[in-house]
Amino acid sequence: MTVFRRLLGSAVGLACLAGTAWADTTLKWLHIEVNPNQVKIWEEVARDFEAKNPGVKIEMQFLENEAYKAKAPTLLQSKDRPHIIYSWAGGVLKAQVEAGVLEDITAQVTPHKDQLSASAVKAFTVDGKIYGLPHTVSQVGFMYNKELFAKAGVDGTKIATWDDLLGAVKKLKDANVTPIVVGGADKWPLHFYWTHLAVRLGGKAGFDAAMKGENGGFEGDVFQKSGEHFKQLVDLQPFQQGFLGFKNPQAVGAFGDGKGAMILAISSFYHTQRALAADKTGLSDDKVGWFNFPTVAGGKGEASDTLGGVNGWLVTKGAPKEAAEFVKFFISDAVQKRLAQGNFLIPTFKGAESGLGSPFMRNIAQNIAASKYHQNFYDQDLGPSVGRVVNDATAELAGGTMTPKQAAKAIQDAFKQGN
Amino acid sequence: MLMTRKPYDAGKLTALLLFLPPALLLFTLFVVMPIGEAAWYSGFNWNGFGTPKNWIGWDNYRFVFDNKAFGTAFKNNLLIIVVSLLVQLPLALSLALILARAFKGAVMLRMLFFMPYILAEIATGLIFSFVYDGDFGLLAAIYRQFGAQAPHLLASPDTSMLAILLVIVWKYFGFHMMLFIAALQGMDKNLVEAARVDGANRWQILRHIIIPLLRPTIKLSIFFAIVGSLQLFDLIMPLTRGGPADSSHTMVSFLYNFGVMRMRVGFGSAVGVILFVICVTFAFSYKKWFMRDED
Repeated sequence: MTVFRRLLGSAVGLACLAGTAWADTTLKWLHIEVNPNQVKIWEEVARDFEAKNPGVKIEMQFLENEAYKAKAPTLLQSKDRPHIIYSWAGGVLKAQVEAGVLEDITAQVTPHKDQLSASAVKAFTVDGKIYGLPHTVSQVGFMYNKELFAKAGVDGTKIATWDDLLGAVKKLKDANVTPIVVGGADKWPLHFYWTHLAVRLGGKAGFDAAMKGENGGFEGDVFQKSGEHFKQLVDLQPFQQGFLGFKNPQAVGAFGDGKGAMILAISSFYHTQRALAADKTGLSDDKVGWFNFPTVAGGKGEASDTLGGVNGWLVTKGAPKEAAEFVKFFISDAVQKRLAQGNFLIPTFKGAESGLGSPFMRNIAQNIAASKYHQNFYDQDLGPSVGRVVNDATAELAGGTMTPKQAAKAIQDAFKQGN
Repeated sequence: MLMTRKPYDAGKLTALLLFLPPALLLFTLFVVMPIGEAAWYSGFNWNGFGTPKNWIGWDNYRFVFDNKAFGTAFKNNLLIIVVSLLVQLPLALSLALILARAFKGAVMLRMLFFMPYILAEIATGLIFSFVYDGDFGLLAAIYRQFGAQAPHLLASPDTSMLAILLVIVWKYFGFHMMLFIAALQGMDKNLVEAARVDGANRWQILRHIIIPLLRPTIKLSIFFAIVGSLQLFDLIMPLTRGGPADSSHTMVSFLYNFGVMRMRVGFGSAVGVILFVICVTFAFSYKKWFMRDED
């Protein structure tokens, strides 16, 4: 018994010693990436960082997107919270800052951040303090199937205005082609229509005024008109049959299968349409076109304004110093170029976009660079509560169960209830 | 008399002192306190970060009752209860009456009908979302046989609840059937025998002997059906997530979608409290009025 106990004791002691020698610091890195090819590169980057920083170990943790959103508040307030977490910036970031669960890393990232896109870094700055760094940006626009467009006699490069789009939809319908596929069950793919119309109709000034509650807030003219324009499109019945039951991956897959001529896409769908297509190859580069969201007559926004995401990594309160170092390492020239080469993302590191392999992604990068007003996704920017009401209201607009006026009112009511 | 009672009371007291505190502690810690906390949170406008500060009184309850989707969710819960009672239980009972008898294949059939109940709710939901798929699903294939285009049942606010109700009946009738079979097999056969000797026909035996004897089981089954309906959540999520246009929410999926996912802890807590009140009221009144002869 005593021998056994002594053995056990020494084994435990050894394990402890080994533990400390092995890793002085363990960084817990929580991500939501589902593309295995990209995760593989990330793992290599983590191992690379470990090799360059002896004594640091990086532990990658994964949560599915929606599960992560649901769990985040509890997770971040536990003692065992991850050190580096995924973020879409916006209202959720602000709530996290107010709760004091994030670490101010301004000093640590200060020279490094100047090498990144300034507007993207700004999204991760709250009251002059930086809590994280962005690693990618994306743009929302129309991806189209060139073959189906040719079949209906539509030229994608000529679609510049909302009326052009409506005309194209009519032509596609006449040619018996499903004009647009959309993942309506997830709702956010539908909210792109309403919000991008608002970007076109109101511009930056329109959004800022609504946030301040001026001009009737989100119930104001700009937003009612957005709903009315969206309804013009909905009335043409442009979406695939049963679109309210499609989840986004199904819709993107259907586009990859050639079942619809257009999809209002995040630029990263360029990659996912292949992975999600039934044959796993999807549409090849020469068959996929892109046009920016059309302009609207009388709109106050610039044609170059963009809607899209800004994604990055936050460092949580009490995380070891190495956490911010790893974020910097992850968003360095070499890593960003490598991810750009695989066309996984539009990098935020200045100059890394030269690594982008495909002309499609290069075009997106140029659009975002030229944009003076890059509006973050509403469902992130307005925070989780109001954002989801925007999603609900636009889905109801698409389903015909709400009028543009009711939709705008629902959003403004939620905004006033606040959070 | 007094002398004999004393040691008995002392023993009871020891048992009480010994066994009550752990149970009471666990019950307080994991049942009473969370309920109290939820009630407390429901007075705040709070996103779950830090400590709740913004006290808004009864506003969350007003927001809940003003919410159109909550009304739909409540109605859906009632609908599920009605269908459970009017479709599922009669179906389960009639199958039980057939399968309680011993004949070749009876055990096989019982197993077969019970199988859906064993299946995890999420798995069931996923399987049926494929079955209902209007392009690739089983339903679509059947429609195609007749040269018709299948409807997307889950994608329309008019049919989403119907599709979910079908799954609910399919999944849970086996459970109720098993309850009835167990009760039927435990029944005193002599009573039926006696009735038959007295010249009662099949219907009379069923109506006046079997069903009255099944009453406790039927009451239990109704209780399970109603409580299960009130709690229904995990079938909804993979099938429709409450959509389209919030047409297929139950109160619990409403709570999750509008409370948890939107980081409105106060609002969600208010829904939780409302649900709690409904469940407790139901459970106690059901026990008081319908199950009192069982104790």
